Amino acid sequence: MSERTLMSTEDMQRALVRIAHEIVERNRGAKAVVLVGMQTRGVPLARRLAATIQGLEGISVPVGSLDISLYRDDLSSLSLKPAVHRTDVPVDITDKQVILVDDVFYTGRSIRAAMDALIDLGRPQSIQLAVLVDRGHRELPIRADYVGKNIPTSKNEEIKVDIKEVDGEDRVIIVSSHKGVADENN
Amino acid sequence: MRTIESRSGIAAPDTFPPSSTAVWQHSHILDLDDFTREEINLVLEIADAMAEVLTREVKKVPTLRGKTVVTLFYEPSTRTRASFELAAKNLSADTVSIDASKSSVVKGESLIDSLRTIQALGADIIVMRHSQSGAPYLAVQEVNSSVINAGDGWHAHPSQALLDLYTIRHHLGRTDNLKIAIIGDIMHSRVARSNIWGMTTMGANVVLCSPATLLPRGLNSFIENCQLQNISIENKIEPALENADVVMLLRLQMERQQSGLLPSLREYIQQYQLTTERLSLAKPKALVMHPGPINEGIEVSLEVAHGAQSVIEEQVSNGVAIRMALLYLIAGGKNK
Repeated sequence: MSERTLMSTEDMQRALVRIAHEIVERNRGAKAVVLVGMQTRGVPLARRLAATIQGLEGISVPVGSLDISLYRDDLSSLSLKPAVHRTDVPVDITDKQVILVDDVFYTGRSIRAAMDALIDLGRPQSIQLAVLVDRGHRELPIRADYVGKNIPTSKNEEIKVDIKEVDGEDRVIIVSSHKGVADENN
Repeated sequence: MRTIESRSGIAAPDTFPPSSTAVWQHSHILDLDDFTREEINLVLEIADAMAEVLTREVKKVPTLRGKTVVTLFYEPSTRTRASFELAAKNLSADTVSIDASKSSVVKGESLIDSLRTIQALGADIIVMRHSQSGAPYLAVQEVNSSVINAGDGWHAHPSQALLDLYTIRHHLGRTDNLKIAIIGDIMHSRVARSNIWGMTTMGANVVLCSPATLLPRGLNSFIENCQLQNISIENKIEPALENADVVMLLRLQMERQQSGLLPSLREYIQQYQLTTERLSLAKPKALVMHPGPINEGIEVSLEVAHGAQSVIEEQVSNGVAIRMALLYLIAGGKNK
């Protein structure tokens, strides 16, 4: 088992500021933008993006939270993680530019579920995806529009994102749990 | 940089509750006597997420696509059955409802044969109500489908108790140390029995109030022998109501009153009906609850049943969310 820090507090802040700029640029402002964080860690990230956009554009962008448990394609493995959080999207998303926000982008399955969940709430003009870390290994034809950092990984590794509001500090670490290659490299 | 740091402080940390760590162990839901506090909390939390789905214009999520839920009712029911069926449909399960009085049961098919037939038809979950206490316990030995007890005899009605807890917590914010008075026909009430387990597990103090003839025999010695600190008995309604946070009324089960347990209905009304005047003995914002169906003017006055403190209709709406949570947990549980 080995651990390595990939993003520090400052790295995360810089990435979020850049993403906020990209969102404003691409959507020509933020008037029709709604940020929707995926439970759990996507929600504080979405709030921080909203705060930065407010600093840039002077408007307050609505922030919602989305729980995808009811849209998963692996109900049979639920016993590991039975909790479901409340979905709370405070505005009608119809005709809005909805930016989904998540911490780690991996197989794409949770984003697929999130898109289904969003479309059940209304008919957005577009759905865009912002992620702090893209670790690759997609299993579905889905890509991110805004990426904090691309981190090529092996499937034996785990990316752990800590967020101050949830975990007490900001950082991204990579944990290699398998015996062999990664450990030898350290 | 500074902007983010100062602003990120705005995000209130209390909006990120720690996820419930409870691991779900149940393949069936038969009663609440084997539920831990964490498990009850998990059900209530998930029901809260389900309640959000019910506020949507399209009240449907794809969670149980391809699963079949069969309701098998040997006793009449309006709300429980409709509520389980709606819950299953809201989760996109396929539902079949069997009314025993119109099924092969009238041709003499036994409970076990009916259950096996339903299993052979591909039921993943069987929601059953039966007039015999313990019938669902027999069912789980005979079939591989998951079984949810929707009421068995005088014994248990776990989904009702859970929706009662959900309603109480929704209004009062907690269950710990509440005084909950359960008033009426305790003896014949499966709702009371399941609620006693659920409420005491969740830290409430339960006061059972009924004429001595409508209390289960041996209840006193049971409470003593098991040293149950948070259950007490009152034969008069006034001390039971005093300072209560919740007043739960039970239906006087007219169909079960053949054997002279009450001197007269009139006397019962005089001594036990919840009236506005009596309700004033409870806390000012005490909740008035009733599992339904109500005998208006018997266990509760019309005025109180439809008054500002009554949450009786809300109990019914909350029932759908609770049953969605139960179906979700059972369908995703282990041992499938």
